[in-house]
Amino acid sequence: MSKTTVAVIDYGMGNLHSAAKALEKVAPGAQVMVTADAGTILSADRVVFPGVGAIRDCMGEILRLGLDEVVREAAQSKPLLGICVGMQSLMTRSEENGGVDCLNLFAGQVKFFGDDLRDASGEKLKVPHMGWNQVQQTRSHPLWNGIADNARFYFVHSYYITLDDNNLMTGRCEYGVPFTAALGRENVFAVQFHPEKSQNAGLKLLQNFMEWDGQA
Amino acid sequence: MGLAKRIIPCLDVDNGRVVKGVKFLDIRDAGDPVEIARRYDEQGADEITFLDITASHEGRDTMVHTVEKMASQVFIPLTVGGGIRKLEDIRTMLNAGADKVSINTAAVFNPEFVGEAAAKFGSQCIVVAIDAKKVSAAGEPGRWEIFTHGGRKPTGLDAVEWAIKMVGLGAGEILLTSMDRDGTKNGFDLDVTRAISEAVAVPVIASGGVGNLQHLADGVTLGKADAVLAASIFHFGEYTVQQAKQFMAAQGIEMRLD
Repeated sequence: MSKTTVAVIDYGMGNLHSAAKALEKVAPGAQVMVTADAGTILSADRVVFPGVGAIRDCMGEILRLGLDEVVREAAQSKPLLGICVGMQSLMTRSEENGGVDCLNLFAGQVKFFGDDLRDASGEKLKVPHMGWNQVQQTRSHPLWNGIADNARFYFVHSYYITLDDNNLMTGRCEYGVPFTAALGRENVFAVQFHPEKSQNAGLKLLQNFMEWDGQA
Repeated sequence: MGLAKRIIPCLDVDNGRVVKGVKFLDIRDAGDPVEIARRYDEQGADEITFLDITASHEGRDTMVHTVEKMASQVFIPLTVGGGIRKLEDIRTMLNAGADKVSINTAAVFNPEFVGEAAAKFGSQCIVVAIDAKKVSAAGEPGRWEIFTHGGRKPTGLDAVEWAIKMVGLGAGEILLTSMDRDGTKNGFDLDVTRAISEAVAVPVIASGGVGNLQHLADGVTLGKADAVLAASIFHFGEYTVQQAKQFMAAQGIEMRLD
């Protein structure tokens, strides 16, 4: 049997080294390819769609490189994992940068945490939401296998996702407001946090992804 | 339930080796930054910071390799500081596997660099390091100034105003070191920590002066810091990171303990 392959989509936004290294760590037998090549991505067994930085720049590069169609096609045919801004790109629209249309694979919005975010006791919260927060698993899913409910993952973001259909939510987090930390539909799973930076819980999620048959 | 406060061990690295001494009983080579970072990761460190104090050009290439090695073995966020002066320096470190870079002196001499860096790479990876020293007399309202060259050169810049300016330019986080306290083991300068943390919207990391676990807790509860950075109390095996987290959690501070 040939090696299982995973493509990490490289559209020039941020540090893909970490994601690739984490995948190599959890799936030593797999071939990890960091690439922007449509053919390579579409022939891979599974696809990781990462992203950091501003959404306008991210969407700009995705469109410029023609990766929007590639992501759409991958999302129909094989296990796909969106991470951080990669996840946000899957939504309908983000209010970052004055409003940016996204890929609309999932109906929902990307919203700003706000300049006056407060916790339940009225204490002012810092933005970006940076650090380790708890993720409540709102639905069982193969990617949560072996990960404790309310385990902590590493987040860095100033914008958060609201889904039109909360049934697609797989994980929930709270930072001043409740928000969608993870979502899933059929062969697509996406997370707002960085599994590649979330130590054991994050590595377990990536390992689950590498073993996932795309059935939810 | 909520966002945890972070503990960040910091390693001073010179030519690929940890300096200032690090002592773990069960590590043969206590000078290897990757080995030490792995140990801190196992103890529950929330992030790691490498401060590159290498003077030579060749040494800087060594740092890149160290970061690459670290990033393939330790899966928590890594910040690299020291000698970050050009956009190219940032790109090199991010490509090697760093998640954030810390800009210090370059920001003082060229504040626009922070803006350019944030626009290019995103605020989430731009930490501005501030070395502050108290300049107000006893009894006066607190005033702190930015110092460079290890606390020897005053700049005339007010530390709180400077922090606000840096965040306005795009800094995603502030690493605040009290030059009065650094190396003293007398605890953080809680006044300047609180003043800056309350003045800016982004997270503030307190640094300089940690001598015991209560100092770490005070940095969060009294100094309002979002994260605490320490070197020697962990390096010399006085406390493990896990002990520090348990201690802080027992005082009601939200920590990542799993």
